[in-house]
Amino acid sequence: MFEGKYVVALGERDGVPGPTITEVLKAAGANVVSQVTECFV
Amino acid sequence: MSSNPVVKAYAYMLIHTPDFVRYGSKPYREIIKSPELAERIAGHLRPFEDALSYPPNQVFLGSLHPEDLAATPEPWWKHPVAGATGEGAYGRFMDQEAFYAFLKASDQFDLVWLTPEFTQRVRRRIREHPLAAEVDLSSLGEGKAIEIIRQAIEKEGSLALYHQGEVVGSFQRHHDEDESLQAHILMENLTTKASGALVVRELIKRAGIAPEEPEYILSCSEEAVGDRYNRGGGNMAKAVGEMCGMINASGSDTKAFCAGPIYAMVHGASLVKAEVFEKVIVFGGGCMAKLGMKFAGHLKHDMPVLEDVLACIAFLITPDDGKSPIIRLDSVGKHNVGDGSSQQEIMTSLVVKPLERLGLGITGVDKIATEMHNPEVTVPQGSGNVPLNNYKLMGALAAIRGEIDRTQIMNFVKEKGMPGFSPTQGHIPAAVPYLGHAAEAMDRGQMKRALFVAKGSLFLGRMSQLSDGMSFVLEKNGGA
Repeated sequence: MFEGKYVVALGERDGVPGPTITEVLKAAGANVVSQVTECFV
Repeated sequence: MSSNPVVKAYAYMLIHTPDFVRYGSKPYREIIKSPELAERIAGHLRPFEDALSYPPNQVFLGSLHPEDLAATPEPWWKHPVAGATGEGAYGRFMDQEAFYAFLKASDQFDLVWLTPEFTQRVRRRIREHPLAAEVDLSSLGEGKAIEIIRQAIEKEGSLALYHQGEVVGSFQRHHDEDESLQAHILMENLTTKASGALVVRELIKRAGIAPEEPEYILSCSEEAVGDRYNRGGGNMAKAVGEMCGMINASGSDTKAFCAGPIYAMVHGASLVKAEVFEKVIVFGGGCMAKLGMKFAGHLKHDMPVLEDVLACIAFLITPDDGKSPIIRLDSVGKHNVGDGSSQQEIMTSLVVKPLERLGLGITGVDKIATEMHNPEVTVPQGSGNVPLNNYKLMGALAAIRGEIDRTQIMNFVKEKGMPGFSPTQGHIPAAVPYLGHAAEAMDRGQMKRALFVAKGSLFLGRMSQLSDGMSFVLEKNGGA
């Protein structure tokens, strides 16, 4: 469902990390152009 | 090998610094972009009395307990504690005027200039102060004329120092080109030093020891002391030890983002257990960069800017004295480089595995202290309720392991957890704000074990995508 889509993956410290989002979306066909994990607390 | 070390004494401190909020990292950057914000933020700052009587602050200082906070109606900022005092069971609440005196007293490089009038005011404030030393008073000097101060602010890269909205001094840079020695960075560092020294002095006083006794001091503060060739070079610990008269101690810093205090406690306890040193102090000074970090959410909800206090912690670790709570070094939980970064994997490393080593399940401890961020600070900004989310995850893990039924997860949260009550000062919420409460409960025979667990955001420094964290079990002496 993400074939041909460009994605910026923003992970969260207490949630899902950026690299995990990236792996999932890559498997779904996305082109992840940038990923990072941030802390919001 | 000797038995496990103990936490012989602990001290906590809050310093109300509303006029420092403008120099917190987020407000500082936003005010540069939109100068009108300074006035809006100033209009939402709390007076001293409101910050003092704020229920989570009273819990941090031990005058209330987390269960009292759980029973306090929300919003907490609208329900002040009647009769709150600045003398908490675990430490004191200091006002900004007194802190300016200690900030100046901690300055060996003429970085802090205060006007002669303000110098006299702050001198009077600390003349009889229980945490003041004779040398502090002589360090204050006579002050600088306001004209000189204004010139430094306008032409020489100095920061204006405010008190109750008025300019009362300036903070100087110490190099024209070195980014690490500009006024804002040096002010962050000196704020940590001064506040850290105050909480260590409080600890020494509460422990009933002489400053000459401790042999080592570990800082887990969040700052980066150094120059252009050695950013973050550090040893804040030794600078604080000097200010506290600890002439027989050396020291070093332990850095691990928000998990720093847990690492420092484990390192300190290990030095004692290995019989390298007998008395080790671990402390975390206040973090100016975190002041007002979530001001936008607070302005949006027309509530006070709650991140207006510097928070400090200090602990004295010694060999087993037969009565103080024990740090179970055989139960330290760590997040290995090879471990995964999902929340489930992190909690398995930090909660499940260390407790299994003690033959316990997740439900085998009386209380679990996680990152104790005050949700009233974080939720309005959309940052969620950190402790609650962590407790739910631990409850879910307990259910997966068959320790509790899945319908009992919220009961687990209530029984093992507690509401967040710590100022959001980065490293400070790292579980150890609960250590005083746990030690008190163990002393009263109301608790056998508590788990202290904190995570660190290693990825923020862009050197690794790894998560991080560490944990330890605190146990009633003789109560295993």
